[in-house]
Amino acid sequence: MSDLLTLAVELAWWQQTGIRAVLGLVAVLLPAGTLVYLFLFKMMSFMQSRLGPMEAGPHGSLQLLAEVGKFLQKEDIIPEKADRIVFKAAPFVVLISTFLLVLVIPAGPDAWFIDVDTGIFLALAVSSISVIGILMAGWASSSKYSLLGALRAAGQLVAYELPLLLAVVGVVIQAGTLNVQGIVMAQATGEIFGWGGIGNPFILTQFLGFAIFLIAVQAELTQPPFDMPVAESELVTGYLTEYSGLRFLLFFIGEFATAGIFAALAATLFLGGWYVPGIDPTSDLFNVIGPAVLLGKVILVSFLIFWFRFTYPRFREDQLQQLAWKVLIPLSLANIVVTGVLKVVF
Amino acid sequence: MTAVDDPRQLAYIAGQASDARVNLEIETEGMTLNIGPQHPATHGTLRIVVKLDGERVMRAEPIMGYMHRGYEKLVEVRTYPQVTSLINRIDWLGSFANEVPFILAAEQIMGVEAPPRAQWIRTLLFELSRIANVVLFLGDMGVQLGAVTPVFFAFRDREFVLNQIEAVTGGRFHPNFDRIGGLKDDIPKGWTEETKGVLGRIRKFCDEMEDLVTGNEIFQARTRGIGVIPADVGLSYGLSGANIRASGVDWDLRRDGGIGLVHDQLDWKVWTHPDGDSFARYWVRLQEVREACNMVEQLLDGIPPGPVMAKVPRIIKVPPGEAYVETENPLGVMGYYVVSKGDLVPYRVKIRSASFNNISITPWLLEGTYVPDVVSILASLYFILGDIDR
Amino acid sequence: MDSATEAPPVDERRDAVVAALAEALGDGLVESHVEAGVEVCVRVSADAWVDAGRALRDRCAMSYFGFLSAIDWMPSPYGRDMDAQVDLEPSVDAEPAAMEWGLAGGATRFQLLARVHDPIGHLGVTLKADLVGERPEVDSWIGVYPGANWHEREAWEMFGITFRGHPNQVHLYLPSHFEGNPLRKDYPLLARRVKPWPGIVDVELMPGGDGDDGGDEGEGP
Repeated sequence: MSDLLTLAVELAWWQQTGIRAVLGLVAVLLPAGTLVYLFLFKMMSFMQSRLGPMEAGPHGSLQLLAEVGKFLQKEDIIPEKADRIVFKAAPFVVLISTFLLVLVIPAGPDAWFIDVDTGIFLALAVSSISVIGILMAGWASSSKYSLLGALRAAGQLVAYELPLLLAVVGVVIQAGTLNVQGIVMAQATGEIFGWGGIGNPFILTQFLGFAIFLIAVQAELTQPPFDMPVAESELVTGYLTEYSGLRFLLFFIGEFATAGIFAALAATLFLGGWYVPGIDPTSDLFNVIGPAVLLGKVILVSFLIFWFRFTYPRFREDQLQQLAWKVLIPLSLANIVVTGVLKVVF
Repeated sequence: MTAVDDPRQLAYIAGQASDARVNLEIETEGMTLNIGPQHPATHGTLRIVVKLDGERVMRAEPIMGYMHRGYEKLVEVRTYPQVTSLINRIDWLGSFANEVPFILAAEQIMGVEAPPRAQWIRTLLFELSRIANVVLFLGDMGVQLGAVTPVFFAFRDREFVLNQIEAVTGGRFHPNFDRIGGLKDDIPKGWTEETKGVLGRIRKFCDEMEDLVTGNEIFQARTRGIGVIPADVGLSYGLSGANIRASGVDWDLRRDGGIGLVHDQLDWKVWTHPDGDSFARYWVRLQEVREACNMVEQLLDGIPPGPVMAKVPRIIKVPPGEAYVETENPLGVMGYYVVSKGDLVPYRVKIRSASFNNISITPWLLEGTYVPDVVSILASLYFILGDIDR
Repeated sequence: MDSATEAPPVDERRDAVVAALAEALGDGLVESHVEAGVEVCVRVSADAWVDAGRALRDRCAMSYFGFLSAIDWMPSPYGRDMDAQVDLEPSVDAEPAAMEWGLAGGATRFQLLARVHDPIGHLGVTLKADLVGERPEVDSWIGVYPGANWHEREAWEMFGITFRGHPNQVHLYLPSHFEGNPLRKDYPLLARRVKPWPGIVDVELMPGGDGDDGGDEGEGP
């Protein structure tokens, strides 16, 4: 978004950085808050034949603020035998990965934080940082439940990093670039059998990739049906067991912000990102409506993510690994081969 | 032993020895994990100490008593009518069903028989408490496996059953309604029609569960082949109710035992499942809720006219004698061995509760399973803490 | 209770159980009580306890283990009757009241009580055994019915009956340092001694006066 700003006023580097930081915060927290309210509070309640929060604000829309206030007031309890430094640092490490992820997602032709050639590669690389935070949390809590949860999380995230990556490779082959902006442009300017009316959102050609990506995202987010790391009926809440107050809130934000950002990534890779058909993709208009379009698509994708979350029971750890190694990875490899062959043929 | 002087040989032996030391050092030790007493999976205060090797359970030992209330001692100082208010709290989800076998045992010693209308309404409430109890199980099974939605449906629809029980007995959880010789009151006006409406809801709930949970691939993967109990092992541990019927034992005291209740005059079916795993236990209970709905419907249509109370003295003295009466309660076979010496209070009451026996199989059953299976097995065995600890 | 006042009806299946036990145990079977169509209660000697269980399981297809417990037949030294609002203090030198036993008789203070069932033939048997002494011992049933494990632990902590061969004879419900055997009749119910319990008698009349219409069982408020 800096480009847009530099056009209007000349800003010093530190001012640009400050604005970027604020916008980045907004880009992380706004989708997170929206998702929590829309899906966790409301959609989940309606699915479970109840109303959800109704008191704070119209239809409970300010409930989230109340929740944040509640968590801020709570005592930050650290277990006596905990490794204090690691314990305190863990939620921030998890959040770092979330904030780094948001950098690569463009919200308009000129509205981006960073524009690197290997954007999608960077995104997938930094997404694994959260594993370290989770392992830190589990180890430092000096609780057996936390440790089990963290080990499960590590095993799971490592296993699902691979299908996640491989699912993206198909998109990259088709777009011919690792640059996220380039991928959006490829979809915006693409054609389906010579007809460019709606561009070529890769969900059409890469539907298998999209499905694998969503499943892997579900596992990366440790959401049901892949929520063994926090399995509340087995491990209390896994690596979160000993956290309270602000630190728990950070994990909570991290969870939902990451959900929003993975949804944004999926929207960008498979649904055309900030682009809507009918408008010239290079038009400046997209710098204004692009973020809103992206948010709309994010909500669409997260609807799927949360729908699964509220409906499915939980896998067992070994079943989860089997799904990853025996089903998803072969499927995504096949997807890559087919995509590559077709790319060469056409 | 001959001395080794070849240097290469000596080096080899030293290497072996150091390898052995390394192996010794990395040899792992099991981890002891306390599941409970306050843990989401134990709905109550059961504590299971499991020794883990990774996620595999090497040994599991349930520890209870956190809710032991000493009912067997307490009933020795309470008159017969007062006992029902205590034993209500054994299986608190189907509390009316707790009262029935005790009252039947006392009636058997006294030689009193409740009038037909009382017997029908008793059976009716008995089956309603079964619905109220098992419906919650069906939802809870989902929660234990990570699906949060079914339990809300369960609570929603169970509420209507409780309303109906409340309309008759005045108590949602602890009716305390059964009396020696009959019932405290008759059913209120218009209740039959309302209850039929509730049955419709419960049937719909069962269909929803079938759609939402039973057919779910993950649910099946988590429950099929998990926690298999062979019929003979289950019987020797005293498993009863749906737990043993899910192992293929066609035994239901409502059909096969039963004094004092009118199940034999109804048209219904005992469901069994040959597998004996967690899924079978879930499935049998689901069918039993449906069957209970059928029974309640027939009971509602067939309540005979007449009084609800037999002639019994105002102050009840039970003549000397002993009786053991067991009924097929929501959790399994529940029985009371009542010893009377002709006093106002029972001399000794042995409460044989279903969950106590059902859960006593866990050390055998949990060995070699994984931690997630512990949860699914415990959930499918379906215990109520009050029914274990009494 | 003696039900055989007039021509007793014959219950062949329950009689057959008694006959099978008599054949298997010989002298071990002490007394039996058959109430036609209702109940069969068999008293065996303590030495034949395990054999009786095995015989029931193997010969009578009683594969289902119901429960195992005990009865203390010594009348409570504390007044536990309707009018007693407080436990009486038992006088030390008072003669203990005479014991009366229930079905199938008895001879000693402690009597084991167990129930097994034939789930195919739908027949249950109550088994009793007299135990000698104040700290009686008897062989464990675990080898016959594994489900007896926890029941024997319960009987051990509640009645002080030791089961020989039990692998884990520790407290089941009570804390591990608990002393005493609460279900013994001479174990005082402390709640009663701390505060008299008001619920034992009617303190006020039922609404509608004190008419004794027989249908009103006069429960406390």
